[in-house]
Amino acid sequence: MKKVYAEVLDEMDLREKAICVPPAGCAVLAYDYIDIDMVEAPHGRGAAVATGIKRVRPENLVFSYQGDGDLAAIGTAETLHAANRGEQITIFFVNNAVYGMTGGQMAPTSLLGQKTTTSPAGRDPGREGYPIKVCEVLAQLGAPAYLERVAVNKPAAIRNTKKAIAKAFQYQLRKTGFSLVEILSPCPTNWKLNSVESCAWIDDVMSKVFPLGVIKETTC
Amino acid sequence: MKRLMSGNNAIGEAAVLAGCTCYFGYPITPQNELPEYMAKRLAAVPDGVFIQAESELAAINMVLGASVAGARAMTSSSSPGISLKQEGISFLAAQELPAVIVNMMRGGPGLGNISPAQSDYFQATRGGGHGDYKIIVLAPASVQELADTTALAFDLADMFRTPVMILGDGMLGQMMEPVTFPAKKKERHLAHADYVLTGAKGRPARLVKSLILDPKEAEDHNWKLYRKYQRIEQQEVRYETFMLDDAAMAVLAYGTAARIARGAIKRLREEGLKIGLIRPLTLWPFPNKIIQDTAKHLHDFFVFEMSTGQMVEDVKLALEGKARVHFYGRPGGVVPTPVELSRIISRHYYQSQKRKK
Ligand SMILES: Cc1ncc(C[n+]2csc(CCOP(=O)(O)OP(=O)(O)O)c2C)c(N)n1
Repeated sequence: MKKVYAEVLDEMDLREKAICVPPAGCAVLAYDYIDIDMVEAPHGRGAAVATGIKRVRPENLVFSYQGDGDLAAIGTAETLHAANRGEQITIFFVNNAVYGMTGGQMAPTSLLGQKTTTSPAGRDPGREGYPIKVCEVLAQLGAPAYLERVAVNKPAAIRNTKKAIAKAFQYQLRKTGFSLVEILSPCPTNWKLNSVESCAWIDDVMSKVFPLGVIKETTC
Repeated sequence: MKRLMSGNNAIGEAAVLAGCTCYFGYPITPQNELPEYMAKRLAAVPDGVFIQAESELAAINMVLGASVAGARAMTSSSSPGISLKQEGISFLAAQELPAVIVNMMRGGPGLGNISPAQSDYFQATRGGGHGDYKIIVLAPASVQELADTTALAFDLADMFRTPVMILGDGMLGQMMEPVTFPAKKKERHLAHADYVLTGAKGRPARLVKSLILDPKEAEDHNWKLYRKYQRIEQQEVRYETFMLDDAAMAVLAYGTAARIARGAIKRLREEGLKIGLIRPLTLWPFPNKIIQDTAKHLHDFFVFEMSTGQMVEDVKLALEGKARVHFYGRPGGVVPTPVELSRIISRHYYQSQKRKK
């Protein structure tokens, strides 16, 4: 995933403009992989930190990179309100249906019936509610310019993801508003599947709940 | 030119004149006049940014973003909101980012009330959030001082790359007093701007972080911060004394409590009681030395706070048992009058005179 957006940054010649906000979560190790300016945000606050940066430096390309616990549980308010203000930032939302960094606990995006370390009997909607569809929720707001859901489970999907990332950056560079790309990502360790099974699970199960494609797009 | 202004508005004007271009906050009484002032004022500043954030959590993290992007940024709140900002303040301290945070304290704990109080002293002077860190805490006592302190806060924040808190209360924030401002807007001099994120153009990428997984490296980072705090303790202690030279008893109070104490001392002096005042302007670093020096010629210290007793612990630490410490506290948003306080001080004064005989 990190490789994918690093490639897009290079292809669009944006490395020197970019400021990235990695979160607490697996993505925090992003800075070991790419050579751009970065500042760590507290868990969940990526959208607020990115807002502060972008308002001071409107000419830079500002994006955050956040997991589902980070963005859709502890950071729901920051995400929703940055989107609603139409902040000119881009969020990459890595949806792997679990808390990865902390060892596979239930996430707001865990599927019904999904067994995690904190939903050992499987997620029960009567007890734990339903998976939150972040793009669909944000699509209800007036301001967001571009919301798309993609996956990184096979080469064709990765090519699509690259396109979506490039498009999100275009939206930001043209000052058209808030953009978010939700990326369904395998987490074999915590799903207790091998990597082939994990990639198949995204196609067969996860993307049935989180349909891929453009969820909202204003003309850019 | 003198202007009649509320404390909250004076902070706003002083901040803008000190080069603050970014304000982020969430409504809470008794500091609402400050964000309201900034909403109007920053609209007239080139590159001015004002956001009414969705929460204090968001506000402090917007400050973090603006600060790392190179702007002078500020947020303000009152007690419950300051509790919410603590995680962000810990990050600012760890990542060594300048920021100014205003706390117009109100009665607590919990929701408490909206009356003036001083019960966030521990939270402010002990860092407030998680981890081994300190923030500079300034305690002005008039509208003019609020304005002057605001400019100082931004300079100290830059100089030491650290968050700085202005600790006031609802009384200071809302009272009107004449105030003068510097005639000209100040230019910011950032001595070490090599942390600011601008995009890695023509230089290696910069990384501002606090995650240090290797404990040895994390220890080094903690000691580095500690050395900075020692420098601050050596260089930045500020206090004021009043009628201390011939005093037989020294009152210690800060902010609104110090104004009340001053009134009480004036009355008591008229009655011939030899009482003086030590008023800390920096609560961290705490003015230990003047307290220790004073203890060489008097043996009774009287601490007055609008809390059940927080600063009194620092006074005791400074004295190391070398003098008697008297205490009077009024928590929960009660503000006693100078007359009330003078009666209490006078009782303690005569009791200690008797003991000496
Ligand atoms: C305030 C706070 N609470 C909890 C944590 C611990 N924590 C670190 S990452 C994380 C969640 C990680 O899950 P997710 O955001 O889904 O990202 P992933 O690791 O799956 O990429 C948590 C709970 C923290 N760092 N800060």
